[in-house]
Amino acid sequence: MYDVCIIGAGVVGSSVARALSKYQLTMVVVEKEADVCEETSKANSGIVHSGYDAHPGSMKAKMNVRGSKMMESFCRDLDIPYHRNGSLVLAFSPEDLPRLEALRKQGYENGVEGLRVLNREEVLAMEPNLNDTVAGALYAPTGGIVDPFKLTIAQAEVAALNGTEFRFETKVIDIEKIGEGFKIFTDKGELTAKVVVNAAGVYADDINNQLSARKLKITPRKGEYCLFDKEVGNLVSHTVFQLPTALGKGVLVTPTPDGNLLVGPSANDIIDKEDNSTTAEGLSSIVAKARQSVKSIPMGFVITAFAGLRATEAGGDFVIGEADDVPGFFNAAGIESPGLTSAPVIGDDLAAMIAQKLRLKEKTTYVSKRKDVVRFESLSVEEKASLIRENPDYGKIVCRCELVTVAQIKDAIHRPLGAKTLDGIKRRTRAGAGRCQGGFCAPRVIEILSKELHLDPREVAKFNPNSVLLVEFDKDSL
Amino acid sequence: MMKRDIVIIGGGPAGLAAAISCFENGNRDILILERETYLGGILNQCIHNGFGLHTFKEELTGPEYAGRYVDKVRDLGIDYRLDTMVIDINQEKVVSAINEKDGLLQIQAKAVILAMGCRERSRGALNIPGYRPAGIFSAGTAQRYVNIEGYMPGKQVVILGSGDIGLIMARRMTLEGAKVKMVCEIMPYSGGLKRNIVQCLDDYGIPLKLNHTVTKIFGKERVTGVNVSEVDPATRMPIPGTEEYVACDTLLLSVGLIPENELSRKAHVKINPKTQGPEVDESLSTSIPGIFAAGNVLHVHDLVDFVSQEAALAGKFAVKYIAGLSQDGSAVAVEPQNGVRYSVPSRIHPGNAEDITVIRFRTDNVYRDVFLSVYLDEERVMHLKKRILTPGEMEQVNIPKKWITDRPGLSRIRILVEKE
Ligand SMILES: Cc1cc2nc3c(=O)[nH]c(=O)nc-3n(C[C@H](O)[C@H](O)[C@H](O)COP(=O)(O)OP(=O)(O)OC[C@H]3O[C@@H](n4cnc5c(N)ncnc54)[C@H](O)[C@@H]3O)c2cc1C
Ligand SMILES: Cc1cc2nc3c(=O)[nH]c(=O)nc-3n(C[C@H](O)[C@H](O)[C@H](O)COP(=O)(O)OP(=O)(O)OC[C@H]3O[C@@H](n4cnc5c(N)ncnc54)[C@H](O)[C@@H]3O)c2cc1C
Repeated sequence: MYDVCIIGAGVVGSSVARALSKYQLTMVVVEKEADVCEETSKANSGIVHSGYDAHPGSMKAKMNVRGSKMMESFCRDLDIPYHRNGSLVLAFSPEDLPRLEALRKQGYENGVEGLRVLNREEVLAMEPNLNDTVAGALYAPTGGIVDPFKLTIAQAEVAALNGTEFRFETKVIDIEKIGEGFKIFTDKGELTAKVVVNAAGVYADDINNQLSARKLKITPRKGEYCLFDKEVGNLVSHTVFQLPTALGKGVLVTPTPDGNLLVGPSANDIIDKEDNSTTAEGLSSIVAKARQSVKSIPMGFVITAFAGLRATEAGGDFVIGEADDVPGFFNAAGIESPGLTSAPVIGDDLAAMIAQKLRLKEKTTYVSKRKDVVRFESLSVEEKASLIRENPDYGKIVCRCELVTVAQIKDAIHRPLGAKTLDGIKRRTRAGAGRCQGGFCAPRVIEILSKELHLDPREVAKFNPNSVLLVEFDKDSL
Repeated sequence: MMKRDIVIIGGGPAGLAAAISCFENGNRDILILERETYLGGILNQCIHNGFGLHTFKEELTGPEYAGRYVDKVRDLGIDYRLDTMVIDINQEKVVSAINEKDGLLQIQAKAVILAMGCRERSRGALNIPGYRPAGIFSAGTAQRYVNIEGYMPGKQVVILGSGDIGLIMARRMTLEGAKVKMVCEIMPYSGGLKRNIVQCLDDYGIPLKLNHTVTKIFGKERVTGVNVSEVDPATRMPIPGTEEYVACDTLLLSVGLIPENELSRKAHVKINPKTQGPEVDESLSTSIPGIFAAGNVLHVHDLVDFVSQEAALAGKFAVKYIAGLSQDGSAVAVEPQNGVRYSVPSRIHPGNAEDITVIRFRTDNVYRDVFLSVYLDEERVMHLKKRILTPGEMEQVNIPKKWITDRPGLSRIRILVEKE
């Protein structure tokens, strides 16, 4: 019997695993997809919110503000791209200025530092590409941007380094309470654990409802985005939000930590929890809204579009902690925005509760840091030269857009919880994340994956075994 | 730091022809840098024939055409490095490259010839809604899988875009055992060569649907189908209600090529927004003296013969530049107008020009039974009847130097399409 079984390897499950892995215990993370960070944690805005948004006193408000405060040092320790670029909430009419002030007060109550309401001139001086129609803005200097993939992967790596077992392509079908623990039925057999952590994202209601009488209801709310070429990545330097209007919640325009520009998200409640497709209406609506913030949206520079699902719980707040009617069953449910920002804190808090419950002792051998895959492109000429001298694989370019080398790809494959798919390589190295979206590097990455993992090229997939790229040899069908 | 008179970036047909021309014009201090493991550029994956009709008066395959230049480069003993990626050029013409053996290579050049070719436009540029499954490939990437690696990227194929690579791949996929269901083209005309439509689609019964585009992609893991819709030719927006579901496991995109000018931008070379390539004069010199450009990096060509010609000229002028024999003086602007989308070059220094300067250009639409005219300021000096002009086929006119030198004070050469 495991001490702990965590369901879901998104940013939340990975964070709980990281935080618990500093204790002496046996732990398994069960994930239905083939890699960590395959669902909501891979498709969001990547903003480290400063915390003025949530209602004072709510779980969201508390977790957000704590998360925002610890994020910088957390990312430094785990070598995760993070940048405190500050954020702006724009108002477009003088009547809306009092709403900025109300937001500032709410932020103050939540404990957000440094919030200021700016007048039109101050805003335009900070962001010259904004629309002249802007009337003022709330400035949050503590707002930041983070690489959501790395925030998830790094935490999962730390958990793995400290002995956590990960089972991928394993879906939890059912859970039963047994004696002093739980029996977990998966599509790959059963396992038992004393404590279960529910970090199943949009499916966290299903998992909870199998055990607890306090039913949860999660509605997936789709958010669509357009991602732009680095060439226009400096259109704005802060994260630019809009005050909600009669037209609904606004969209944001932000640089990403890697220097691209991101525009989105839309917000549409849907039924199908698997539907992360983009839609013509969604994409055109975000662009139309973004045009209100910035003078012109460089549509010719879109390199991809994507959508993610918010796990919106009916109660409106995060559901975190032990279910009061099911001892040993811990929820991290309804973790919609600011879930990314809050994830490290959610992990720490749940780990502390579980450690107390199971009377866990800390390890003496805990490894608390990790190094990321080298970001070759960002190195100086001299640093590049010396890396190639050490390891000639750094002299072989695989991805021309993001300047990723063979050495980085191999590192991504062979590190703990290494990449097995093209998407896995992309999230760990950025090969394929640039302007040609893998047109150039995919054949090369397939070759390396197949060599390093001893796979037939026809088995190399985009993200799961059904998403293979090469289906047969030439002339096989003749 | 290493020193070379001439550094050529890219060892495709443009780079090779430029190198040979430099050598033949008397400068042998040349280095070609190529990021692939072989010379020849994109031609290595173009195993169909139809190359070299103009140059060799015979039909060669891509690798055969490239092979002739590669052999010559080797015979002449021109220096080249493979697996070497150029990562930077600056205005002082210091070229930085990396490879496994040398690590970082920095070369001070007297002249640089840009010959990096072009890249394919990806799905993002089209913003087609739907899922993001495996099975969406740019046509050139699929060409590499099939022709170089020997693997089929799918069995039931829809091709979006009727650029030449898409047309060639429609035939190739068919010959290798796939079923190509259709080629959709959003414009009312194809972007490819007429001969490719006949030989790659018509001969195999593959329908070409003009004024059609893909409006949705289905399948979460691997493509399972696409919606194809008719578009309004005036707005190019899909007409609601016309969408048709087509089952397929593969969507190939042949939706345009973009000259690969990341490096040129680093050297602050001025880029022409229409071609997305450097702005050049009659000597194929960019806005930075001593940096030249030729081939697909300059503007996208349909025929390799013209790439080779253009590159040979760049090589010749690079040698002249190093010898200090370039004369610029005043220039005459070349202006594409009315129906002509762009022209290369965009200015001519008569003092420096060859006896004949070739101006290459494309029209912005299909024109039937029109005249192609050249004006020297307001004086019409050329008026050619054209049965058809289409954006898919590059056109050219020859401008004798004498036209310019005979007219002191001439300010511009205009090229345009006229009804009569
Ligand atoms: C459009 C959008 C924008 C957002 N922007 C921000 C932002 O800017 N800042 C911010 O702080 N937050 C943001 N968020 C919120 C943030 O992305 C989420 O809160 C966070 O990613 C949730 O992480 P998670 O681990 O709970 O969920 P997920 O990442 O979805 O992970 C859940 C995992 O559980 C697995 N799973 C589910 N069911 C099972 C099962 N039965 N068996 C096994 N495995 C299972 C899934 O496969 C998945 O990997 C945004 C969210 C969205 C959708
Ligand atoms: C699919 C296809 C079908 C075609 N069909 C025909 C046809 O039937 N008949 C015909 O006449 N023409 C055809 N063409 C056109 C012709 O092949 C091209 O116009 C020609 O290859 C362009 O030559 P280039 O040297 O400019 O570019 P490329 O052949 O693309 O060569 C550029 C070279 O530069 C290298 N390079 C780029 N950047 C760097 C860097 N940073 N460092 C080092 N090296 C670099 C590249 O690896 C490449 O080898 C076809 C083209 C394609 C793509």
